[in-house]
Amino acid sequence: MSTKTLKLLSDPLNLNNPITVQVLGICSALAVTVKLEPAVVMSLSVLFVLAFANVIISLLRNTIPSRIRIIVQLVVIAALVIIVDQVLKAYSYEVSKQLSVFVGLIITNCILMGRLEAFALGNKPWPSFLDGVGNAAGYSIILIIVAFFRELFGSGSIWGIQIIPDSFYDFGYVNNGLMILPPMALIIVAIIIWVQRSKTRELIETN
Amino acid sequence: MEDILNIFVKSIFIDNMIFAYFLGMCSYLAVSKTVTTATGLGLAVIFVLGITVPVNYLIENFLLKKGALDWLLGSAAADIDLSFLSFIMFIAVIASMVQLVEMVVEKFAPTLYAELGIFLPLIAVNCAILGGALFMQEREYTSIGEATSFALGSGLGWFLAIVGIAAIREKIRYSNIPAPLRGLGITFIVTGLMGIAFMSFMGIKL
Repeated sequence: MSTKTLKLLSDPLNLNNPITVQVLGICSALAVTVKLEPAVVMSLSVLFVLAFANVIISLLRNTIPSRIRIIVQLVVIAALVIIVDQVLKAYSYEVSKQLSVFVGLIITNCILMGRLEAFALGNKPWPSFLDGVGNAAGYSIILIIVAFFRELFGSGSIWGIQIIPDSFYDFGYVNNGLMILPPMALIIVAIIIWVQRSKTRELIETN
Repeated sequence: MEDILNIFVKSIFIDNMIFAYFLGMCSYLAVSKTVTTATGLGLAVIFVLGITVPVNYLIENFLLKKGALDWLLGSAAADIDLSFLSFIMFIAVIASMVQLVEMVVEKFAPTLYAELGIFLPLIAVNCAILGGALFMQEREYTSIGEATSFALGSGLGWFLAIVGIAAIREKIRYSNIPAPLRGLGITFIVTGLMGIAFMSFMGIKL
């Protein structure tokens, strides 16, 4: 793989992360991170939808009239999301119940529209595919970090398996109920942003 | 009647779109730098939610749901279940309603149009709007009145949240924040704190 294609994959992981730098797709990112399992399922769904939507739009890029491109993009995305939703309902009904409306909300996830507009409309299918995979991976990393900490401190378990031993609880350790509440997701993301920006100073905003 | 009022209050404070479900965060973060633009976007969201959710409610109940086509085809339609099409229908309704609303407002209320201006087209891809439609579907409201009051309440809750954060961000510009947290980071933290404050409304019932 040349450095250029490698960059497509690695850039979104840190320097151009969709969540912490481009500020896209936050809506669905935070609500599904109470436990690790739904977060991973959500990440995989976004990976699938984003990679293939990018490829399809990139294949169609010379035939879509630019006036109606938003509608075309929405239809492509919605069709892919319906596939994901039906597969989830068929094979892991429990998780699909936990994700509730958030699978459907992948349609309006700004990462999708953002990448389709910014990349797939002007590039060949293969780079578009890589760009989709890279951005979905950047999204997934944040989701998984947040879900890891929220499940560890909020429920004392990882992937539903208890990690913190019973002896801790006997000693007086209590799960932090605050971690399960929605606002903590925001604060954890803020901490991730803090860490990331103090490592890469060029990301710091000036105002 | 109490139900309608209850749903309204509940969707403003307890099931707040932003603090409880993080819906519409993208535009919430992008457009909350000043109070005036935030007010414009907030009004546009109330407006569009108030129109699209009832329309989607009718579509859901008279076209998509299992047995919803009875009024048209009689008992032969009892087994038809089109609910897998709901995503595509809802987003199509939202995109076209936004377009339609834009044209109507431009024609009949030019001052409002000038105020909402650029925000109307942005709203088609605001998660809060589709989220409203999907929650309406999931919670199975029993009448169009309930669906409408849910829509207006959610819109008002979103409006409160974005105007609040915009006011805080206007003031916070003069504070001495650690450099890596400036901008996005501190906005997240403030939103989190506002969310915790809103949690104290939990359990309200009228």
